[in-house]
Amino acid sequence: MKTLVIYLMAGKATPELAAAAAEGGADVVELGFPFSDPLADGPVIRRAGEQALAEGMRTEACLECLARARELIPRTPLVPMTYAALLEAYGWERFVEDARGAGATSLIVADLPAGERPEVRRVQLVAPTSTDERLRVAAQQTDGWLYLVTLTGTTGARKEVSPALAGLVERARAVADVPLYAGFGISTPEHARATARLCDGVVVGSRAVEVAQEGPQALRAYVRSLREALDSL
Amino acid sequence: MSTTAGGLFGTYGGRFVPETLVPALDELDAGWRDAQADESFRAELDELGRTFAGRPTPLTRAERFAPGKRVYLKREDLLHTGAHKLNNALGQAVLARRLGKSRIVAETGAGQHGVATATVCARFGLECVVYMGEEDMRRQRPNVERMELLGAEVRPVDFGTRTLKEATSEAIRDWITNVATTHYLIGSCVGPAPYPEIVRELQSVIGREARAQFLEAEGRLPEVVLACVGGGSNAIGMFAGFLDDAQVRLVGVEAAEAASLGTGRAAVLHGARSSVLADADGQIADAHSISAGLDYPGVGPEHAWLRDSGRADYLTTTDDEALVAFRELTRLEGIIPALEPAHALARVRELDEQHVLVCLSGRGDKDLAEVLAH
Repeated sequence: MKTLVIYLMAGKATPELAAAAAEGGADVVELGFPFSDPLADGPVIRRAGEQALAEGMRTEACLECLARARELIPRTPLVPMTYAALLEAYGWERFVEDARGAGATSLIVADLPAGERPEVRRVQLVAPTSTDERLRVAAQQTDGWLYLVTLTGTTGARKEVSPALAGLVERARAVADVPLYAGFGISTPEHARATARLCDGVVVGSRAVEVAQEGPQALRAYVRSLREALDSL
Repeated sequence: MSTTAGGLFGTYGGRFVPETLVPALDELDAGWRDAQADESFRAELDELGRTFAGRPTPLTRAERFAPGKRVYLKREDLLHTGAHKLNNALGQAVLARRLGKSRIVAETGAGQHGVATATVCARFGLECVVYMGEEDMRRQRPNVERMELLGAEVRPVDFGTRTLKEATSEAIRDWITNVATTHYLIGSCVGPAPYPEIVRELQSVIGREARAQFLEAEGRLPEVVLACVGGGSNAIGMFAGFLDDAQVRLVGVEAAEAASLGTGRAAVLHGARSSVLADADGQIADAHSISAGLDYPGVGPEHAWLRDSGRADYLTTTDDEALVAFRELTRLEGIIPALEPAHALARVRELDEQHVLVCLSGRGDKDLAEVLAH
């Protein structure tokens, strides 16, 4: 069984969307806590973040969103994904505690590289540019699984699966004994299947955020199409 | 010289970047240490400074602007391309060539850093892409034309504030995408380590020259040194020459509605922790200034540290005060300053000190349309 991770931007309708993603077959839901200057994100997630901020999705509101999602889908792992600026402002320890209290099972901080703030337990990201030494540090420090950034670039749909992924998987396997889930650039069931052949799961973000704007029904159907693609392997 | 341990200035600085960039920053750091230890690197920069950039720049007494005081202007406006930005662009271009990078990406606000970057790329035959906010492209049209003439591609940034903040984010995103071939030629003493230190060192030529020139002219050191602060690179370069002279007061001048040091709080922006205009949730606030070069909500981490330690003071100047200083320096001294250093000039005459050194970081040709419109 390959793991399917779906990213959604926090917002008023997000708890219901998270439930729809889980019904469609998502194993893990990432919940974006928006930041005004998201360096790792391409246009789709950047715009979704701008909109969420305009609707008042500040840290407290995001934590409430997380708690409501937790009520609706008590068994699905929920992982806030955000930027260091939010933790710096809220207090690093307090953020971790309050996120756990609201139902988070882990955390991703897009601009906090492995080795920095090891006390903040989180899913570490590795990239095709990561050295073997950095892969080792990330694998040691990561929380549950390792997030493989498939390409050198920002988030957003691409036409093809990154050719850099196979080499990254090979290098990561050599040093990590945790599952490897790959994300960035994956948008179609074909991408998901091709990517999952190489590793243990996939993360779908930008395209899921776009489909989510059409409502829970559309998202459920989209996630189901990804699920079926993975299950056909 | 400042204490930097692990890229930190006190608790400021650091590296808050996506993993993709960490190996590139490590490579940059190693290349920078290597270059600093290499006599030929410094010799090449000195040679370029003298024969290409026009160093040393003069020190000019501003007697009619500040009668009764001994006020001197460090004339970075006379540097090739019209601003201090070239010191940094030249140094980083030489560094990029040592690192084997063939493509340069940069951000620009007022356009001065973009022009300096386009200039060094033309000089060394490097591909050049400059990100610039649409609002700044409107305000600084002549500089857009200069960059294009020099062979750079200017990419408009049409979202968010449409100014330097967004241009910087887009330049970093380009770097993330093209990191194998590309050097990010950051324009100020901001960004992830080791950039703040690199930019400070490359700009410190301003302070070194000015200190010797002031001693030569007055037989003593200035009582106070002023420079405008947006990201803070001309100021940090000027201050670097005087940090060890405890009797010399250091004063940075920010735009009143872009006062990252005056009214900001500790926050993370563009890869570093510094004093930033941000709200209680860490979301970055908009800055406002008539001067595109000061219209930035962040500031170099070393300035935040100099403020906290009490070594430097930071004042503010409003748009209107800067415009008055701009016109007065022009009429009284025959020097048209950029709007950025006009913010520092605006605070000069009210100082108690008599012996004053001001960094005139750039010339005002680019600002004529904006000034005439007010």
